[in-house]
Amino acid sequence: MPLFTGIAIVVALAIFAVLRVPNIEYLFVAGYTIVQYIVLATAWNILGGYCGYVNFGSAAFFALGAYSTVALATFGNQIDDLVPESMAPFFHLIFPLPIPILIVFGGIVSGIVGFGTGYLTLRLRGAFFAIATLALSVVLATLVVNWDFVGGSGGAYVVRPGEFPGLGSYMQYLFLLMLGLAVFSVVIARWIERSRLGFGFAAIRDDELAAEASGVPTLRLKLIATTLSGALMGMAGAPFPYYIGYLAPASAFGLEYAVNSIAMPLIGGTTSWIGPVIGTILLGTLQQVTTVTISSAVNVLLVGVLLIAFVIIAPNGIVGLVQDRLHARRRK
Amino acid sequence: MDFPFDLLINAIIAGLLLGGFYAAVTAGISISFGMLDIVNIAHPAFIILGSYIAYFFNINYHVDPILTCLLLSPVFYLFGTGIYQVYYLSFEKRGQQSLRGLAFFFGVLFVTEVLLLLVFGVDYRYVQTSYIGPSLHYGIVDLPLRMLIPCAGSLLLFAGLQLFIGRTFTGRAVLAVSQDQLALRLMAADPIRIKRIAFGISIAVAAMAGAFLIIIQPVEPSVGREYIGRVFAICVLGGMGSMPGTLIAAMLLGVVESITATFYGPSWAPAVSFGFLLLTLAFRPSGLLGR
Repeated sequence: MPLFTGIAIVVALAIFAVLRVPNIEYLFVAGYTIVQYIVLATAWNILGGYCGYVNFGSAAFFALGAYSTVALATFGNQIDDLVPESMAPFFHLIFPLPIPILIVFGGIVSGIVGFGTGYLTLRLRGAFFAIATLALSVVLATLVVNWDFVGGSGGAYVVRPGEFPGLGSYMQYLFLLMLGLAVFSVVIARWIERSRLGFGFAAIRDDELAAEASGVPTLRLKLIATTLSGALMGMAGAPFPYYIGYLAPASAFGLEYAVNSIAMPLIGGTTSWIGPVIGTILLGTLQQVTTVTISSAVNVLLVGVLLIAFVIIAPNGIVGLVQDRLHARRRK
Repeated sequence: MDFPFDLLINAIIAGLLLGGFYAAVTAGISISFGMLDIVNIAHPAFIILGSYIAYFFNINYHVDPILTCLLLSPVFYLFGTGIYQVYYLSFEKRGQQSLRGLAFFFGVLFVTEVLLLLVFGVDYRYVQTSYIGPSLHYGIVDLPLRMLIPCAGSLLLFAGLQLFIGRTFTGRAVLAVSQDQLALRLMAADPIRIKRIAFGISIAVAAMAGAFLIIIQPVEPSVGREYIGRVFAICVLGGMGSMPGTLIAAMLLGVVESITATFYGPSWAPAVSFGFLLLTLAFRPSGLLGR
């Protein structure tokens, strides 16, 4: 376990160091998106791949994280209007909050919403949870559009500082943070796989009734999975306003987050932590290339077609294909 | 301030008209999700597809949108049976419908939306017919024809479906397939064939609902997403596959949405259906008329 964490950190730092050599800002801008999807895909897979419960609302959890950052930033800008004068100096001291704190905050907010959605719907059949998450993004988008404090339908600006002391451009700092978050989520996912929790999840996925009958506390485990998965998605969303600079509801609740965070694990393979990572790197790179060379509409179409093709032809994703090939060779 | 009663009455009537239309939108889902247990979340995408086909024939050949979709419903039926065949062979037969089947329909939803976006663009599209402008007036009550005709058409469609399911052998077999597949086999009916027929019908109904939709409001490719919450809220509230329940739930949602839009502003309307869905799931998951 500590060995794996160490290796993951070394790999992440190596990636960062290599990307710094050519010193092209675009590499960090594109890289941030891909690493962000590693977090989202891994988070989705904790519930979807391990437990077998489909979450269509990744965009909602992601946007919750992003909008909790916007809310805190707006609060920071209006301290003198919102806080009694005696308290104002204290708030001025801690605002603007550093991004790691915002990430934790976004994670807590999304985790709570994940828990709530799960608590209401997870006692029913799996399909109801999926439908509720689908509707969740529509409703949260409605709430945000009608809430002027976070910009309403017009969106909100978050000013990104130009430099981060000691590191260079602020984009590099954001990239490094997201890289750290990716390591964190992959380590958690791998730990779950090998723990009692993971075995419980797998039992739920394979046969929930049998799991319940054998004494697996299914509801509690499912709630842990939804809360954890939602929290990680919110954490991925928290730095997003600083990355994008201007956050509109349409971009925060974009359907591409929901589609990508489902397509990436399913294409990579859902049963182990490496699947979402492989799927994200392949699909994320492909998307960056098609967005630049063709158009972004074609790139989302491509993801949809690949998703359909993979669930029909290769139900266990790329990891499954490789495993089948290895088994076939061993049998010879 | 006096409470604006004429506003309230008009909101309720508009809601009932809207509810009739919602019943047609949900009828397909009541069949596929309620009776066949197929979580077809791509259903709204087929509705929008119907809208765009109606739009295409209306703009180029001046055909009435309802007529277009009525004439094309056999095509949609065949399309639906084709989709069910793929779904059956790839997921149901392997027992993987819960995770991968859902992802499949999600992919279909997404691909349809993006294809429509690439072909027709992001602009709102609308149709032109003689009954879109005028409305009937009775005292303080306004009945716009653009709402009245889709509502009447929806109710006809709904009644036809109810007759089909209640009175014909195939229709009763559709009801039976959700309850006991083995018993159905003993009655010499192939459950897979019955499911294929029912799914084809649900898609044909979706296309018809698409024709009504584009009469009621201008359509752009992502409008379907607003309907996902709505159709499932109505279906669950109505009691999963109970046709009378679906009608009542649709009317109820239509009225509540219309009143919300009138008194609090249209931007709050999408939240209503979700509130309905969550409350239903939390307190009465078997729906109003559930078994």
